[in-house]
Amino acid sequence: METNLCVAGFGGQGVMTLGKFLASAACDATEKNVTFFPSYGAEQRGGTANCFVVISDGMIGAPLGDVMDDLIVMNGPSLSKFLKTLKPGGTLFINSSIVDEKDVDRDDVKLVKAPVTELALEMGNAKVLNVIMLGVYVGYTEVVPPEVVWDTIEHKLGKKPKLLPLNKAAFEKGLELGRAQK
Amino acid sequence: MARVLMKGCEAIAEAAVRAGCRFFAGYPITPQNEIPEYFARRMPEVGGTFVQGESEVASVNMVYGAAAAGTRSMTSSSSPGIALKSEGISYCAAARIPIVYANISRGGPGVGAIQPAQQDYFQATKASGNGGFEMLVLAPSTVQEAVDLTYAAFDYADRDRNPVLILADGVIGTMMEPVELPPMKTDEEIAAIKAGKAKWACTGHQLDYANRAWIQPGQWNTQIMQQENEKAAALYASWEKDVQVEEYLVEDAEVVIAAYGVSARIGKSVVDLCRAAGKKAGLIRPITVHPFPYAAFDHINYSVCKAVLDVEMSIPAQLVQDVRMGVKGRCPVETCLCSGGNIMSREAVLRAVDAILDK
Amino acid sequence: MEKIYSRTTTIQEDKVSGFCPGCMHSTVVKLIGEVLDEMGLVDKAVMVTGIGCCGLHMDYIAYDTITAPHGRATAVATGMKRTSPDSLIFTYQGDGDFASIGLGESISAANRGENISVIFINNGIYGMTGGQMAPTTLLGMKASTAPKGRIAEEHGYPMHMCEILNQLTAPCYLERTSCNTPQNVIKTKNAIKKAFKNQIEGKGFSMVEIVTSCPTNWGLDPLDALDFIEQKMLPEFPLGVVRDR
Repeated sequence: METNLCVAGFGGQGVMTLGKFLASAACDATEKNVTFFPSYGAEQRGGTANCFVVISDGMIGAPLGDVMDDLIVMNGPSLSKFLKTLKPGGTLFINSSIVDEKDVDRDDVKLVKAPVTELALEMGNAKVLNVIMLGVYVGYTEVVPPEVVWDTIEHKLGKKPKLLPLNKAAFEKGLELGRAQK
Repeated sequence: MARVLMKGCEAIAEAAVRAGCRFFAGYPITPQNEIPEYFARRMPEVGGTFVQGESEVASVNMVYGAAAAGTRSMTSSSSPGIALKSEGISYCAAARIPIVYANISRGGPGVGAIQPAQQDYFQATKASGNGGFEMLVLAPSTVQEAVDLTYAAFDYADRDRNPVLILADGVIGTMMEPVELPPMKTDEEIAAIKAGKAKWACTGHQLDYANRAWIQPGQWNTQIMQQENEKAAALYASWEKDVQVEEYLVEDAEVVIAAYGVSARIGKSVVDLCRAAGKKAGLIRPITVHPFPYAAFDHINYSVCKAVLDVEMSIPAQLVQDVRMGVKGRCPVETCLCSGGNIMSREAVLRAVDAILDK
Repeated sequence: MEKIYSRTTTIQEDKVSGFCPGCMHSTVVKLIGEVLDEMGLVDKAVMVTGIGCCGLHMDYIAYDTITAPHGRATAVATGMKRTSPDSLIFTYQGDGDFASIGLGESISAANRGENISVIFINNGIYGMTGGQMAPTTLLGMKASTAPKGRIAEEHGYPMHMCEILNQLTAPCYLERTSCNTPQNVIKTKNAIKKAFKNQIEGKGFSMVEIVTSCPTNWGLDPLDALDFIEQKMLPEFPLGVVRDR
């Protein structure tokens, strides 16, 4: 069993952090193989950001493939760029606050929607949209047990404990949304 | 030993620290900046020294100086930066100074692309500087292997008093993967390693002309220069015992993929996909790309093997020339290539394998 | 009878110098040896030589030495001193090495205030390679690569390394001396001593620029070369302490 995930969005949406949290959780609390691969360019700010996470029971060859099992898109340009890489029957997770469902021009993929930009703003901090989306993804796929992912987030945020309650709420909101769309 | 998720560059740096590396000098260049950045944070914690040199040229020479004074020392860069270091590396080879350096290679030639590539194969294995010296060149295909080979590289360098190159690429350098880290050398072990170099290291000696430390990256006397080159050649010949290669399902293979580094892990996953579909593919993966494991190609069953498929992220192909020397005309050698910072795709390799099998 | 002078212990008697007659490299190398003897630093000394005539004495000095790639001596010395702080690390470089190909390393090591000593030999010409133009070649002075003499419009002006390094904050000691008279030889020896003392005291970057002759490539006999230093070189490269702190 191998899961290939691509996470894509604007720079600043926490796309890399989302991928790293997931990969760290898989490393820390499972026996599975895992890779995290960030795509990188010359620009320091702006533009699109994307990363690839592979979680597998077997040996991992390419840390990024041509064909994705799952795709998380946080903005419109990422949808047009990456939707073609999603395999038939794969799952597309969209930030429905700013990605228009009508732009999903494929009917051979599963669609999971989460208005994470709006939800983050409602929770009082626009930055937690990636943690909400991570919750959605883990709640829907259970590729790694949700409690393990939360342990990892808690550990990584260890130096900023006052951010923990907000992130906890964000992650649980995401889990709830993800589970509801199973 | 618990595994930790680490970025390739940082894992290489930590492995070096654990091997007793206490001096690092480097200069920023993508995609290896995490190596100097990691050393900048880490060296003060272990009583080591990090210097950001004013250039690649200065950095490699700082490492030459530190290693010549007996300290395990390292530098790193990426393709064009490695080209700049080549003079200093040649000096280390000529003067028999043990250093370790890493090339997290990117596209080329020229400034090339900052994304991953394997365009530096000839540079790494054939001519890393002037004068025809040779080095052990170790090519990891996973972050764990990058850790293990870096750790071992310092022992090889000290054993041979010669530079050792870790030839990785932008994928291995920037990806994260779980690793188990080797044990940290103790201060006593590090001091003992340094003490073992006291005779030749340039740190000052009691007045005695015959026993001073004289580090000479060249000779005025042509006879002595020839003798030094003959000694070096004998050292290089002794590396046959150090050849490392992974041979995977080669014996009955109808197509054998030959690849190193990141291309090899992709190639290996293609072998698995093929075998699951009943297709007989195999893999030969040089881990030491110099010396090259030519003998591994004698293990192919040429009565069933239709072709060897050279897979590399370099256009024009470079590894293929060594592969051909290993195959010795016993079957065709085909290529599956990409370049320019594009990463080898499993699907492309699979198509190339199928094309050979369908012939 | 009281012994008032003896040969430095640091020069191997049965070895022959590779320097031309009248070359002041041999004077400076002797002075370095005397200073090491007098300061009791022979067993801590490491000379990092550049490429060029500045490496011709390596066969006859009796203390530790290493050859750096052309221009990189201050970088090599940086690595050595940072990892071997109890050693006395000094570079010995000519004008092509220190002021041309190695300018970046020279200025950067000075700017970091590396705790090393630089002995910089300025004779206004490339010696070993056969009299090519150096960054310190005087205007009008002929060189094999400037057959009509150095022309400002084409080649720029002689570089004054003491003054250039004096623009930096970190260096602790910069002095220009010469070896053209006995008095100047003594001043040079004192300057070398001071540069080494600064390093022992951890004060940082010291550089002694020594204006010397190259009779062979200047096309002058050794005595005329002394006059050339006095009349031509020193007006362009005035002697004295540029910085001492």
